[in-house]
Amino acid sequence: MTEFIQQILNGLSLGSIYALIALGYTMVYGVIQLINFAHGEILMVGAFAAFFAITVWGANIFAAIIIAMIASSLLGVVIERVAYRPLRNSGRLAVLITAIGVSLLLQNGGLMVFGTDFRAFPRVIENTHYKFFNGSITITSYQILIFTVTVVMMLILQYIVQKTKVGKAMRAVSWDKDAAKLMGINVDNIISVTFAIGSAFAAVAGVLLGLYYNTIYPLMGLMPGLKAFVAAVLGGIGLIPGAFAGGFLLGITETMVSGYWSTKWRDPFVFIILILILIIKPSGLLGREEKEKV
Amino acid sequence: MLSIKDIDVYYGAIHALKGINLEIKQGEIVTLIGANGAGKSTTLRTISGLVHPKKGTITFEGQDITRLPAQKIVELGISHVPEGRRPFAKMTVLENLELGAYLRKDKDGVRKSLERVFEYFPRLKERMYQKAGTLSGGEQQMLAIGRALMSKPKLLLLDEPSMGLAPILVQEIFKIIKEINEAGTTILLVEQNAHMALQIADRAYVLETGRIVLSGAAEELAETEAVKNAYLGG
Ligand SMILES: Nc1ncnc2c1ncn2[C@@H]1O[C@H](COP(=O)(O)OP(=O)(O)OP(=O)(O)O)[C@@H](O)[C@H]1O
Ligand SMILES: [Mg+2]
Repeated sequence: MTEFIQQILNGLSLGSIYALIALGYTMVYGVIQLINFAHGEILMVGAFAAFFAITVWGANIFAAIIIAMIASSLLGVVIERVAYRPLRNSGRLAVLITAIGVSLLLQNGGLMVFGTDFRAFPRVIENTHYKFFNGSITITSYQILIFTVTVVMMLILQYIVQKTKVGKAMRAVSWDKDAAKLMGINVDNIISVTFAIGSAFAAVAGVLLGLYYNTIYPLMGLMPGLKAFVAAVLGGIGLIPGAFAGGFLLGITETMVSGYWSTKWRDPFVFIILILILIIKPSGLLGREEKEKV
Repeated sequence: MLSIKDIDVYYGAIHALKGINLEIKQGEIVTLIGANGAGKSTTLRTISGLVHPKKGTITFEGQDITRLPAQKIVELGISHVPEGRRPFAKMTVLENLELGAYLRKDKDGVRKSLERVFEYFPRLKERMYQKAGTLSGGEQQMLAIGRALMSKPKLLLLDEPSMGLAPILVQEIFKIIKEINEAGTTILLVEQNAHMALQIADRAYVLETGRIVLSGAAEELAETEAVKNAYLGG
């Protein structure tokens, strides 16, 4: 039983990170029906920005997160502007191929600029282990940090989307672009804002991944990116609560599979889930036939 | 106030508008009637900047708006109630109305406009916190018109406000359109219901497969044989 609880706790912190990443996929999908395959690389750039902020400028972890968010947002906005916007009226396949191209470009760009080696992410805060039930359950301060940051980000996002003017505009754009234009909404700007927010969340996830696994490297966004994409589909692509539900569920599933079965099956299992969900319920767990996409 | 000169609009290879000319003077109700696919909605979409003409010009209060993006045109004072109402279905009635005032900064003015809309359509006030998608067709039409009024337009473009409504509701909506006009808003009204439209309009244009084939005072047009036969059921 304690083993089970331990796996849930581990799954929650890993799932938090997936949720933060999944959010970017889902928000972007909500406004332009595109899977931004470069999202994992946006995360990687955020992690490196934080890394340099800490190691070169001596920033603390919170300043580093802010810097990472800014760097990733800028990158996300530029990618949309340069690569996706010119294709807005082209077929979906053209945009999808472009997205994969941007992803590969950034992976290789990352390898060129940052080199191929793994770098140890600085241990900016003490990773204390808190033991419970005679040491059978351990919670680390990193896990607490990851989970807390995610919950706070989630609340901020809910506030932005539900209460602010820009959030309402995002929901309008995601529902009906022409009708949104008739309200005087600058749809291009709202799409940029969406990329900025989604990318900022990816940056936070990137920093947390750096802390969680202790290393960063130019291809670090690849696997978490794919898994978070699965999480977004699992929860219902385009649905913000779905991204969180899918992220947590996937994180827990993953730790369960590696804990009770085999770490070898951890990654394949995620893609089995993707295939199953696409066969059984493509709209995702929280998805209905017609849905609000942001 | 609005002047359309010789515009040509294409959707890909489809030539939807073929050299349209149209004038609207301040304070008027002008109606645009015509059969399905004639290009009525396209005319409105071109005015509001959702599509752009290949050729020709549109001027509004002396300013060339032909190439302006839709949000700039709203800012200049043109508001468009699209065909099919297009409410933001998952948002509340109030949120929909607030979005109508998206560009406005004058909070007091926005509150006054909201009160105004609720005076025209008391039913919207009762359903303020209801999701727009759950409103009846008639209520959605009220919401669409109310939402368009929230930007305090000088010119209101209405695309088939009577579509799918019971006759009694059509009467009510037309009465309100008249009131909106009397309160100072110029109106361009697209209608299938030519009978009603010609009754409240000052002038009318008849559109046939992308061309204006007739125009003139609404009363006179209603008497011509061509219009009677084609649009008023003989
Ligand atoms: N998005 C589009 N893509 C291609 N063709 C279009 C598009 N929208 C309209 N058309 C075509 O342009 C022509 C004019 O259409 P429009 O919607 O303006 O007609 P309408 O007079 O409003 O008709 P209705 O009374 O049925 O609403 C039609 O032939 C239509 O098929
Ligand atoms: Mg039409």
